Amino acid sequence: MSNEATLHSQQEVMHGAGAHDHHDHGHHHESFISKYVFSMDHKMIAKQFLITGIIWAIIGAFFSVLFRLQLGYPDATFPWLESILGHWAKGGRISPEAYYALVTMHGTILVFFVLTAGLSGTFSNLLIPLQVGARDMASPFMNCLSYWFFFLASLVMMASLFVQTGPASGGWTMYPPLSALGDASIGSKIGVDLWLTSMALFVVSQLLGGLNYISTILNMRAKGMSMTKMPLTIWSFFFTAVLGVLSFPVLLSGFILLLMDRHAGTSFYLSDIFIAGKALANEGGSAILYQHLFWFLGHPEVYIIILPAMGMVSEVLAVSSRKPIFGYLAMVGSLFAICILAFLVWAHHMFVTGLNPFLGAFFVLLTLLIAVPSAIKVFNWLTTIWKGNINFTPASLFSIGFVSTFISGGLTGIWLGNSSIDIHLHDTYFVIAHFHIVMGVSAFFGMFAGIYHWFPKMYGRFMNNTLGYIHFWVTLVGAYCIFWPMHYEGMAGMPRRYFDYSTWTSFNQFSGLNQFISFVVILVFAVQLLFVFNFFYSIFKGRKMTTQNPFKATTLEWTTPIHGIHGNWPGEIPEVHRWAYDYSKDGRDFIPQTEPLGPNESGH
Amino acid sequence: MDTAVTAKKKWWAGGYSPFNVNYGKLMMWYFLISDAFTFGALLISYGTIRFSSTSWPDPNEVFKSFPGAGHANLPLMFVSLMTFILIMSSVTMVLAVHAGHHRDKKAVAKWMIFTIIGGIAFLSCQAWEWTHLYHEGAWWGRNPFTNVDGTVATTNFTNFFFTITGFHGLHVTSGVIINIIILINVLKGTYEQRGHYEMVEKVGLYWHFVDLVWVFVFTCFYLL
Repeated sequence: MSNEATLHSQQEVMHGAGAHDHHDHGHHHESFISKYVFSMDHKMIAKQFLITGIIWAIIGAFFSVLFRLQLGYPDATFPWLESILGHWAKGGRISPEAYYALVTMHGTILVFFVLTAGLSGTFSNLLIPLQVGARDMASPFMNCLSYWFFFLASLVMMASLFVQTGPASGGWTMYPPLSALGDASIGSKIGVDLWLTSMALFVVSQLLGGLNYISTILNMRAKGMSMTKMPLTIWSFFFTAVLGVLSFPVLLSGFILLLMDRHAGTSFYLSDIFIAGKALANEGGSAILYQHLFWFLGHPEVYIIILPAMGMVSEVLAVSSRKPIFGYLAMVGSLFAICILAFLVWAHHMFVTGLNPFLGAFFVLLTLLIAVPSAIKVFNWLTTIWKGNINFTPASLFSIGFVSTFISGGLTGIWLGNSSIDIHLHDTYFVIAHFHIVMGVSAFFGMFAGIYHWFPKMYGRFMNNTLGYIHFWVTLVGAYCIFWPMHYEGMAGMPRRYFDYSTWTSFNQFSGLNQFISFVVILVFAVQLLFVFNFFYSIFKGRKMTTQNPFKATTLEWTTPIHGIHGNWPGEIPEVHRWAYDYSKDGRDFIPQTEPLGPNESGH
Repeated sequence: MDTAVTAKKKWWAGGYSPFNVNYGKLMMWYFLISDAFTFGALLISYGTIRFSSTSWPDPNEVFKSFPGAGHANLPLMFVSLMTFILIMSSVTMVLAVHAGHHRDKKAVAKWMIFTIIGGIAFLSCQAWEWTHLYHEGAWWGRNPFTNVDGTVATTNFTNFFFTITGFHGLHVTSGVIINIIILINVLKGTYEQRGHYEMVEKVGLYWHFVDLVWVFVFTCFYLL
């Protein structure tokens, strides 16, 4: 007792007090630069992350269209390719070097620049202060820096696309020795240095952002907003930030050692290597060491991508089915379990590297354990919409689509998590199918759900629903058409990362299927451009928002003015009295979090 | 002390910081955890490479020189001095933070100056040690020292030594720079106006962390 008293005997730290109060009535003069460029308003920074992410997504997806052309039509020539890629596509056919550069950059861009920065960067920034009831992030300045470090990382990565020897092309995992030795391939030259520089800047951006998200959630909650009254979105952003803060530094260490191997003559990852018949002096290093360091980030990274999507889907499903989320604490608990297990399963990416099978057994067990919290979440989403009065908005459709792809992609994870099955399936199209469905498509669906749902909060206008429905159905059906057949190709042993399969008679049976996949890829890409059009058109011409709370949601962001102001609430920050999921309670459609409990009512 | 009231207060119910600290200090703690993972990864990498090697150079043989002592065999004497300097700079940092609690501007400035001197002294020692090793032929990719069992060593001994002590040295350097900025603010009276010296406490956390990391680096490279 006395201990606690001593601990808290100093002045209490209240977030309303002090530094942030002068933001209150956000009408002080702002220049164009301070409002739109080096903005310190979390809502503007969220938009910056989102639009940068959209630009990257278009580039990354376009790369997949290019290499799918090669995979689907290996014998055809496309003269227009030469006009955009120059000597990388002589005669209208992508060269093997260009192909590897394209797949590498596709992975890097989508995993890091779109689904990490574009997804959690956007929505953590937008929603954390609005939903916990804070005027802004804990440190708006660091938040601004976080975006600009991301921007710098983007510039460097973009520049690497245009250097003479091309961008990094050893795969998005950048394994040594291929990535460590400039002489190993044309894609191992300055492209890799730019890649590493860009990623180091990216790690800094993630660190600045993550520290901010964590301390805002812990420290800046409005009065009454206890941790268990927070919407699940906030819980998911919290765990995402924790994962990022703890795993990205390990990646940075791995990159430091890799840079040393490239330029300082060290052999951290190198031993007993021949290049062009000549033996290298490097001795004593271990290429596997890099894989450990990489996957210690790499595995948490997939949860960094998927957790924000899970949080937003939980929120959108509850709002659009007018029902409280089913099993709130179980949802939080499973997020926590996923967050812990994320750090304990990395070696399942390395089952066939010569990892001790005895050690592998533990990684199998821990990997399969992730199925438990994942299944809890899936059941809770299904029971949340069960018998609900669902509004099928584009956001809710994408959320339901998320649950669908998360199930079908997650189940194949149980296959791959078994080290013995992995002997057959590793490095095949089965793996491609698995992770694209479970983390690529699912995370995109969560992101789309978030964009359609919170677009009015960002721009004061709605996106077009008809275009949204077209976007959803074509993307859902298209995604399954693209990735479902890849399971069969993988089971037949078709390896990933190959340039041309037509020389193997055993894979000739798939040439029609590959063409079909490539055709659907082009179609789905076109529909994403439709979404991009919808997004930018709606910013300026969309239907105007006329009420503060168009979706009749309980959470705090819908108590702020339609046109966001710096400081979020014009007057006092509202006090929170109940959890975020009082839908269809006591005969009322919804009860906002700000409404005090009635005399005959008990809190959740 | 009003224990009854503080015990009942709902620290996690919103409106307060649950740990009763400012966001800045909270961020510093989380940053340190993150940075601990960076160093942890580097040291664990070092451990895996070292223990997968059949033999390794003997630190008592490598680190036996002392400036001005010629060829006298003084194993680990110099690094002990370095460690002592760094730990003393942590002590002076504690005193600076303590003086900050009493809002004693002069004492804060004095102990900050001592801390900065300690940091610079440590960096100078490191510079001397690196130069000395360089002249013995050691550098990234070059290792003149043989293994304990007399076999030829790989270059990974020096590779890891220079990379990790260098990375730590960068942390010390940035710590010294930050300390100097804070000292200037102290002298300008910024914190006196603000009414508290919490910034001193925050950089103090960073400084102690850098110290703590050195204890591990020291153990891993010089003692084991």
